Amino acid sequence: MLDYLKLIGLGFVAILAAIAANYARDLAYQVNMITVMLAAGIAFLWVLRTAGDPRPNLQHEYFDGVVRAGAIATAFWGIVGFLVGLVIASQLAWPQLNFEALQGYGNFGRLRPLHTSAVIFAFGGNALIMSSFYIVQRTSAARLFGGSLGWFVFWGWQLVIVLAATGYVLGATQGKEYAEPVWYVDILLTAVWIGFLVAFMGTLFKRKEPHIYVANWFLLSMILTVAMLHLVNNAAIPVSIFGSAQVQLYAGVQDAMVQWWYGHNAVGFFLTAGFLGMMYYFVPKQAERPVFSYKLSIIHFWALIFLYIWAGPHHLHYTALPDWASTLGMVFSVILWMPSWGGMINGLMTLSGAWDKLRTDPIIRMMVVSIGFYGMSTFEGPMMSIKAVNSLSHYTDWTIGHVHSGALGWNGMITFGVLYYLVPRLWNRNSLYSLKLVSWHFWLATIGIVLYASSMWVTGIMEGLMWREVDANGFLVNAFADTVAAKFPMYVVRALGGGLFLSGALIMCYNLWMTVRAQPQRVTQHAAVPAEEGDGTRAVRDQHKVIETNATLLMILSLLVVSIGGIVQIVPLFYLENTIEKVEGVRPYTPLELAGRSIYVREGCYGCHSQMIRPMRDEVERYGHYSLAAESMYDRPFQWGSKRTGPDLARVGGRYSDEWHQDHFTNAKSVVPESVMPPYGFLFNTTIDGRYIQDVVATNRMAGVPYTDEMVENALADFTAQVNPDGDYDGLEARYGEDVFGTPINVRNFDGTPALTEMDALIAYIQVLGTMVDFSTFTPVANR
Amino acid sequence: METYSFLRHMADSWFLLAMTLGFLGLCVWAFRPGSRSMHQEVAKSIFRNDDRPADADTDSPNHAKKEG
Repeated sequence: MLDYLKLIGLGFVAILAAIAANYARDLAYQVNMITVMLAAGIAFLWVLRTAGDPRPNLQHEYFDGVVRAGAIATAFWGIVGFLVGLVIASQLAWPQLNFEALQGYGNFGRLRPLHTSAVIFAFGGNALIMSSFYIVQRTSAARLFGGSLGWFVFWGWQLVIVLAATGYVLGATQGKEYAEPVWYVDILLTAVWIGFLVAFMGTLFKRKEPHIYVANWFLLSMILTVAMLHLVNNAAIPVSIFGSAQVQLYAGVQDAMVQWWYGHNAVGFFLTAGFLGMMYYFVPKQAERPVFSYKLSIIHFWALIFLYIWAGPHHLHYTALPDWASTLGMVFSVILWMPSWGGMINGLMTLSGAWDKLRTDPIIRMMVVSIGFYGMSTFEGPMMSIKAVNSLSHYTDWTIGHVHSGALGWNGMITFGVLYYLVPRLWNRNSLYSLKLVSWHFWLATIGIVLYASSMWVTGIMEGLMWREVDANGFLVNAFADTVAAKFPMYVVRALGGGLFLSGALIMCYNLWMTVRAQPQRVTQHAAVPAEEGDGTRAVRDQHKVIETNATLLMILSLLVVSIGGIVQIVPLFYLENTIEKVEGVRPYTPLELAGRSIYVREGCYGCHSQMIRPMRDEVERYGHYSLAAESMYDRPFQWGSKRTGPDLARVGGRYSDEWHQDHFTNAKSVVPESVMPPYGFLFNTTIDGRYIQDVVATNRMAGVPYTDEMVENALADFTAQVNPDGDYDGLEARYGEDVFGTPINVRNFDGTPALTEMDALIAYIQVLGTMVDFSTFTPVANR
Repeated sequence: METYSFLRHMADSWFLLAMTLGFLGLCVWAFRPGSRSMHQEVAKSIFRNDDRPADADTDSPNHAKKEG
């Protein structure tokens, strides 16, 4: 019966996807829908072929097939993610690697989200799913709940990855860092994640062990919090169900807060809590000793999940975010140092009395070094979140160095350790193929990380200092391009470090492959499970242990604890009247500018350019008046950015001529010899007709941008009028122009070619940036 | 500005107190007397059941209550 339902459902999905692909409004959506159709078709055939097969009762065995698949996927996506990382690191050193012939598909801006998603969600995500399924079964002494639900989670997750990755390259992105997947991928991801939660909780419910081991707490809080973050941050309205375009539900400063609440806790829960769950299980297992202090792990857990959720606003120091929010973010980030180091000590001290294993066991060495990197980055992070430090480090490569010492050192190394632990056990081999190769991997990866992190510290601090350097007369000493040129040698070192890390991972793959292929079978000696000493004490019942034994209570309490910080920080921003200052002049984007903005988002410009000038002297000197919250109040999504590989663009409008931009987009080096910007000449060849622009404007209005009925009705006319100075643009001027908002509209042939191209739209958007506010009407709010 | 001052006042008085008490309560709870044997027992639980689930038929004293 169930098989019939599955077949009907899958067939339905395949047909719907085929229809959607037929009506697709953009290439990325079409390719994604064809992928969905194929995936549903393959699943359909699979269910059809196996329908009616006898289902043996497997309750006396663990469901390890999905864990094995997870191990393979982790290794595979790891290689992909590291490789793309190496490519984009090299592109920053040698911009010629942004091949013009690829028409933008291979540009840094599109490959960067591919890299971040591949390493975080594909490599890290598969490692987490694999470990969760392994750990929850062992510590519950029960088979994974839900029959083949585990397979749905596994394959669904792979599909999410493939859809997101192809989408980025083909131009479907939400434009929010680490949350780039578009609306339909987000929906699929939600379904998969609920499946993950059900499988995990279900296993806890049917467990045979009285207690829920602490690793499961961390994994459960990871699953719950990521679900919450994902749902809130990705709230958006699709422009059409047949396209990848969407409009964010929040705008400007609120969107920024929600995004970094999400972004930091993607680190805090996906990459920290989840991986701490791995640490609390696999380090004691590999060391063959119980965790150093179980009491400390309880305090570690509650303190960590409570505090982490508050830390997000430290990504927005000195921006248009109100001060109270960023101060809260800073304070909690500094306090967060304590539970982080509590956890590090707990992990490291698990080896106490067995330190000799460090000499003989390279897997333990890998795990220990990963905990060491965890400690280093959880010290560095709080330090960088202090406003004074952040004023230097923000927007620089220092942040990139910090992220990678955490991601490569902590997440990467512990995942490698876990793979070395799991593969022989999952494939029933008596040992790894070669411990010597593990040592090689260890040293290549460690040296790679050290090169990576130290080169990024040097460039980060160097560029931070170069940006703010002023001479005796108070003039800026360095042009922005000088800092780009000065960073070249360190970018080469960084690429070298990444190359070493990648080659270490390749060695690991070979080693694991040979373990499965060539190692002898493990001799099974578990016929009689030795009774543990603790058997007698196990029966001791303790009336205080309610939380440790009740999965539902644990779930509700953790959800409560992780909600507090977000509610306190986010909700007031929506109704405190001083969040957005009152100024004259800010107007909604014209249809053409809106189209240009979506190209800006699509090409991933926010990966290298900020749109947020902080009130520091050098920034005001270099870029103009500091950014106001009001200036981005119609920005959905906000594009403040977090990195300045190129200069800030918040007030670039009107600074350069259209011709300069045309030359710069075609070949940046022709006007700025030091530039490392990819070529965007292909935008001249892509004509646009504004077919769907009315829907885009209407959706923006639905989300809250004050477009009038007239503006929506005339969207297409306004779209074409803005590039035709000889035509009739009175309507456009009447709706958006000087009489209504106080600033004249730019009406020009922006790209200099007769056709209406994407370059017209992009330059129209660039030329309006930061030009709207009438600063004579602006008075700073003191208490904000 | 009223809401702002009110929230500010709440944050640095009662809410701060509640968080501090919550944390102290957590520490007391973790280090409560009599929990040691249980915690040692849980910490060692990962060394059992490595190869296959616990036998469903035997209703050992440590058999968990069905819940939720």
